Amino acid sequence: MTLNDTLLLSFRAVTSYRARSLLIILAMALGVAAVVMLTALGDGARRYVVNQFSSIGTNLIAVMPGRAETSGAFLGTTMGRTPRDLTLKDAQLIGRLPQVKRYAPLNVGVAELSAEKRLRDVTVLGSTADLIPIRHMNLAQGSFLAHDSDHSAQIILGAKLAHEFFPASNAIGQRIRLDESRFLVTGILAPQGESMGYNTDEIVIIPIDYAQSLFNTTSLFRILIEARSHSDIQSAKTAIHDTLKQSHDGEEDVTIITQDAVLNTFDRILHALTLAVAGIAAISLAVAGILIMNVMLVAISQRTPEIGLLKAIGANAADIRRLFFAEALWLSLAGTVIGFFLGQFGSLLLRLAYPQLPAWAPTWAILAGIIVALVTGILASLLPSSRAARLDPVKALGKK
Amino acid sequence: MIHLADITRIFQMGDQSVYALNKVRLNIAVGEYVSIMGPSGSGKSTLLNIIGLLDQPDKGCYELDGKNVTDLTKDEQAQTRRDKIGFVFQSFHLIPRLTAAENIEIPLILSEIPPDERKSRVVEALHAFDLQSRAQHRPAELSGGQRQRVAIARATILRPKAILADEPTGNLDHSIGAEVMMLLEALCQTGTTLIVVTHDRELSARAKRHIGMRDGKIVTDTS
Ligand SMILES: Nc1ncnc2c1ncn2[C@@H]1O[C@H](COP(=O)(O)OP(=O)(O)O)[C@@H](O)[C@H]1O
Ligand SMILES: [Mg+2]
Repeated sequence: MTLNDTLLLSFRAVTSYRARSLLIILAMALGVAAVVMLTALGDGARRYVVNQFSSIGTNLIAVMPGRAETSGAFLGTTMGRTPRDLTLKDAQLIGRLPQVKRYAPLNVGVAELSAEKRLRDVTVLGSTADLIPIRHMNLAQGSFLAHDSDHSAQIILGAKLAHEFFPASNAIGQRIRLDESRFLVTGILAPQGESMGYNTDEIVIIPIDYAQSLFNTTSLFRILIEARSHSDIQSAKTAIHDTLKQSHDGEEDVTIITQDAVLNTFDRILHALTLAVAGIAAISLAVAGILIMNVMLVAISQRTPEIGLLKAIGANAADIRRLFFAEALWLSLAGTVIGFFLGQFGSLLLRLAYPQLPAWAPTWAILAGIIVALVTGILASLLPSSRAARLDPVKALGKK
Repeated sequence: MIHLADITRIFQMGDQSVYALNKVRLNIAVGEYVSIMGPSGSGKSTLLNIIGLLDQPDKGCYELDGKNVTDLTKDEQAQTRRDKIGFVFQSFHLIPRLTAAENIEIPLILSEIPPDERKSRVVEALHAFDLQSRAQHRPAELSGGQRQRVAIARATILRPKAILADEPTGNLDHSIGAEVMMLLEALCQTGTTLIVVTHDRELSARAKRHIGMRDGKIVTDTS
């Protein structure tokens, strides 16, 4: 029998036994769709996190007081006691390092913002002018500590706050209070939305010394540093470490986190998660394979007289084997193709439902899903089709 | 054309050996019309299966068309069946999902005849067996007589040397059965060897040679 006729005849069988075929195709399609959709979800989450990190600068180094016990700890999870504070002097020392492009000392707290009859609690960042470029923020209007000598009580408002407090007039040049202190609005942040846990539309930024007196502290929450280039990150990290060790009388009591390390950790974790999810989805393909095998065995037992007849009129073992093999191949092919489109459609729905999530299935996952599905289908049909080929024609014909 | 020498076929039923055929000797010439009769279980079907190379003897020697076919491989047997033998069964054995025309076409597909030639030969066969109007019908939509005509068309489409029919009229009314027998006899008149197993004395009487079987042996052989 020619290949063409084998494919045609087996295709006829597939379309004739509709319920059986649909069942197998559905099982296969769901397995493939699960692989495509779940990896789209996993990889989408990974890309989302990576994008978030990149949006706040990839050459970023953060120094925080206290020693982190585990490497790769995320910002803010310092452990143990904090024997020595991180000070403005430390920040200035770091600023002199050649690998450092710019730096910004940072204090964070909450204070009550009030102007005219409005008031509300806001997150306050105390820092220097360089905070804005380091954190990839933009000023929509005005400026912040434009001159090095500037020590006036300036305040930058998040876009939403500016609109809330001064809906009718321009906020620039207006006076506003933080707790008991008075500030002059000199700039407004461009709307940016959520970034790494802050909604920058609802924060205010003031000079670091005002923040320290507002929160009554001399220690810094963090020093943010931007390295000159990506390749300077490691040497900058070492230099910062040495500088601070010297300044702290030989104590290694700070934690230095590079954006890169955190990013890589997240990237690895989420990639592993995607792999795991893909593996679990692939198990459903194995289940589909077992289903194919069983349904094919039942089909062969139902069609035993037909196999006997084919043998009686001259089909050889290879003809019969290929016919049933091709049947299983059609089924898994149909299931795989439908599953692929189903998965892509599901990913599209995911992207529509969560526009921030770039839920695209990675190519490796799609290929792996398709290959696993086809190989499963082929393996599952080997046993049934060779059993059909071995049937004794007289017994097969005699079976009712 | 067919030479069977001391053909023995034994089936094991538990610890018992059943001699379905016991040292059968039989020679059939090209173009002969032979009927085989005998009680149920006397070995008629087994004999036909061995002649048609569907089954193999445990002992004895079988020569078909001048060639010893006793020890062919399974694939060689399949090929010989395809090229030289046409089977007709009591229960028709049509493939239910295929149309009449497609059922008739299968042997042509198995022997890899090009599609164009296939089509014209199927049309010829449909015409010869008066099935033109039923070409696109599935077996379930055909009468018993029509089904057996499709089966005969399928058995003869490759112009076999011998047609082996195992109770071809067993599932048919008497008159329809007689019509089917006439079709088979017409083929015999063009030189095809015809071997028919039947229970019907009247139909059997139409054959030129009558073989009687009992307990795996040929007990009568009259011409
Ligand atoms: N596959 C088989 N297994 C066991 N015994 C069989 C088998 N086929 C046939 N027989 C036995 O062989 C004998 C002859 O059977 P068969 O040729 O079918 O007879 P007939 O066609 O004349 O009715 C019977 O006794 C039957 O029971
Ligand atoms: Mg019988």
